[in-house]
Amino acid sequence: MIMATLVSPTVGAAVKLRRLNRLNRWTVGAVFAALLVFIPIGSVLFLSLGDSGDVWPHLIGTALPEYVGTTLLLLLGVGVSVFLTGVTTAWLVTMCRFPGRRIFEWLLLFPLAIPAYVMAYAYTDLLEYAGPVQSSLRALFGWQSARDYFFPPVRSLGGAIMFMGLVLYPYVYLLARSAFLEQSVSVLEVSRVLGKGPWQTFKTVSFPAARPAIVVGVSLALMETLNDYGTVDFFAVYTLTAGLIDVWLGMGSLAGGAQIASSMLVFVILLIFLERMSRRHQKVYQQASSRFKTLPTYSLKGWPSALAFGLCALPVIAGFVVPVLVLGQLSIVYFDRSWTPEFKSYALNSLTLSAGAALVTLLVALFIAYARRLRGGRVLRVATRAASLGYAVPGAVLAVGILIPFAIFDNALDALMRDWFGVSSGLLLSGTVAAVTFAYVVRFLAVAVGQVESSLEKISPSVDMAARTLGFRAGQTLIRYHLPLIRAGLLTAVMVVFVDCMKELPATLLLRPFNFETLATYVYRFASDEMLGEAALGSLTIVAVGLLPVAFLSRMISRSRQLYPSPSTGDA
Amino acid sequence: MDHPDQLRSGAVRSDSQPLLEVRGISCNYELERAVFDLSLTVHRGEQVCLLGPSGCGKTTVLRAIAGFHPILTGGIFINDQQVSAVGAMVPPESRRVGMVFQDHALFPHLTVRQNVAAGLSRLPEGSRGESVGEMLERMGLSHHADRFPHELSGGQQQRVALARALAPRPLLLLMDEPFSSLDQELREHMGQEVSDMLKESGTTCVMVTHDQHDAFALGDKVGVMSEGSIVQWDTPYNLYHQPSNHFVADFIGNGVFLCGEVVSPQEVSTPLGILPSDEPLIWSSQTPLEILLRPDDVVYDPAGPIQARVTSRAFQGAQLLYTLRTLEGIKLLALFPSHANFEIGDDVRVRLDVDHLVVFEHDTPLD
Repeated sequence: MIMATLVSPTVGAAVKLRRLNRLNRWTVGAVFAALLVFIPIGSVLFLSLGDSGDVWPHLIGTALPEYVGTTLLLLLGVGVSVFLTGVTTAWLVTMCRFPGRRIFEWLLLFPLAIPAYVMAYAYTDLLEYAGPVQSSLRALFGWQSARDYFFPPVRSLGGAIMFMGLVLYPYVYLLARSAFLEQSVSVLEVSRVLGKGPWQTFKTVSFPAARPAIVVGVSLALMETLNDYGTVDFFAVYTLTAGLIDVWLGMGSLAGGAQIASSMLVFVILLIFLERMSRRHQKVYQQASSRFKTLPTYSLKGWPSALAFGLCALPVIAGFVVPVLVLGQLSIVYFDRSWTPEFKSYALNSLTLSAGAALVTLLVALFIAYARRLRGGRVLRVATRAASLGYAVPGAVLAVGILIPFAIFDNALDALMRDWFGVSSGLLLSGTVAAVTFAYVVRFLAVAVGQVESSLEKISPSVDMAARTLGFRAGQTLIRYHLPLIRAGLLTAVMVVFVDCMKELPATLLLRPFNFETLATYVYRFASDEMLGEAALGSLTIVAVGLLPVAFLSRMISRSRQLYPSPSTGDA
Repeated sequence: MDHPDQLRSGAVRSDSQPLLEVRGISCNYELERAVFDLSLTVHRGEQVCLLGPSGCGKTTVLRAIAGFHPILTGGIFINDQQVSAVGAMVPPESRRVGMVFQDHALFPHLTVRQNVAAGLSRLPEGSRGESVGEMLERMGLSHHADRFPHELSGGQQQRVALARALAPRPLLLLMDEPFSSLDQELREHMGQEVSDMLKESGTTCVMVTHDQHDAFALGDKVGVMSEGSIVQWDTPYNLYHQPSNHFVADFIGNGVFLCGEVVSPQEVSTPLGILPSDEPLIWSSQTPLEILLRPDDVVYDPAGPIQARVTSRAFQGAQLLYTLRTLEGIKLLALFPSHANFEIGDDVRVRLDVDHLVVFEHDTPLD
């Protein structure tokens, strides 16, 4: 009787001991997803360790040393360039006061919207022999031909370094800026009280403390550099990526491509190592603080002020304004020839493919992040780590890592189907949209997982416990009580992944179905055919879409500055 | 056999029937043993408290009872139903426990009404509204029903959290440092209010806290925890006046320990003189002892035998808490009425007036 009244009619017989497995459904699912994502990375690793056949001697005897040398020079050049630009601008906007500083704070992010290859196309059109700059110079000085004057060649290693530096420095800028902002005000003040000038303070206090963040920024920029195919191909700069795709598509040797891919892994691993090491230091130096304190800024007047303005304006003008103007002008001139039914269908392809991939990425990320929240565990942690390596692996290398296992699977399935049913299943995975989508998920999963995890972290674990004791299962808790709270974070994740997919070139190029074009491959194809005018509208569209997350980041930056100098408690 | 009698004895049995039984559980926290072979029993309608310093494992015990933490030995029973065993457990959503947290853990995107209704989603619409209305009324929240949590004060948020936890009529209410996020004044007030409400509704409750005032305000019984074990399970009065070991004596209330030894079954000798014991001592003569002196055991007496110098003082309203140092260098805590006002450096005379002698055997020989 007593028991009967106490057993709630709503819960009833559910009160049953349930076996505790080390791996519950969430963990198993998340580990499985993580392993799936690790397949391409793992298969390249496996290939690099496996028997190389006779491709190696050939490669080493011919092109490989050149590929490696060029890649090193490119990485070095871009590294120095993004370091100087990023750190200088970040220091100026955080530590100095000069006209326009507030605006530059977010304007300096804008070059991030432009893929390097679009940058290369725009500047080539502007600076090549027949372009407006050289034509004007010739008209002005009366030069007749290229022999009459010197003009640095645009399509060169130097050009590649310059243009990549101009679109990749925001990585360094963003991280250095927040590192400077999070520095202890009192330490900076002490340094000034001790009579150290701005340069001395920078050298002895600000820079050393921000160095880990700066190194993280540089290594991210270098990962992008290693990934680039559009620019180096257009400029005929033979990096490893260019070599890989040349060997694969040009010579039709996937095995050769795989060998180059595995040698690229050395660079990838070094960059990951550099980044992870620095992130560890970053945690020590930067006390995470959500509030922006009033930094002891230097008021600039006269010449120094003009110089600071110029130093900040230059990357914005060269990295954003000029290419957008060039592309805009070209788009207008070539509009009739560009705005075709094909263009619209390619744009639609890009849109659906990127949106689909972004959603899949988000779902996988949400699943993994929530499984980790439910139950940590080393298995899951290692699996997620492995799956998150994709962002560092160049798209071309990923493509190799995807195509080989997919082809093996397709062939095996095809053989099976023929044997059993006498029908051919054909290519089920390789050369389909599924392969491209998979590549996007692998490459951009880390971004999404990071975003989802940081959103979830803001929800107190006691909210989970409250929901569970109120009668909701783990999945119900996620849907009813977490999703409404992390909506904004999820939206950001989808947007960032979506835009990255839109811009992605090498993996798309290598894995897309026959005759399937996206905006990125279409732009690349026209540019390769020296039809820059026709490529302009597509390029401009990519830039416009790319502005989405940049605008979002800018808004966050300008918003965070509004809070200051009266910091509010972060309740909302 | 006579009917009424049988009924009565049945009723008595059900009243004292344990609602929660924790039998010899051990738990790990981040790969280290945090709870050792811990047992406790809570009867229906009882409010108990687990009190201990941070890191003593009290929250882990609470999480194990709620079903968020696996156990490595023993078992947990709610209402005679095993809910945790080694390697198996009833998931938290099926245990019928309510939980209140330090940070309240209100759902920020829901109104007060929706928060309180959260645990009633299986009830039909009509009776759900009724239950919620009743609960809001009882908590004095009716006027705030359509506000969002961030629009409420700390005390109101606390009440919403309690209302939300109680609305589904849980068998057992668990509270994890429920008053820690409130300021001192509100905290005492809320402690009393919550205690009254729980008593009135006959809610069985387990609270964990590191604050003895919270524990004493709410707990019929208090278990003092240290390093993963309950070191004393007793009423608040006994914990203060009859601590069963050094840790409890030190942790609860103020006080200092004097070294001494047994002189006779009724007396101990200390550097400040012989002290009589109200109960016969169980130790043989010359056993080294520690004697607990509460501040109220040290009495201001201008003719007292002990001379001491004031080294610090803290004003506590009606009384002043002094820290004294005797000529022999022994530190004492003493509570004097406010009108006996001394400055730091003053010499005072005191005597010891110990009603009930609290002594422990000294673990290591005295030097």
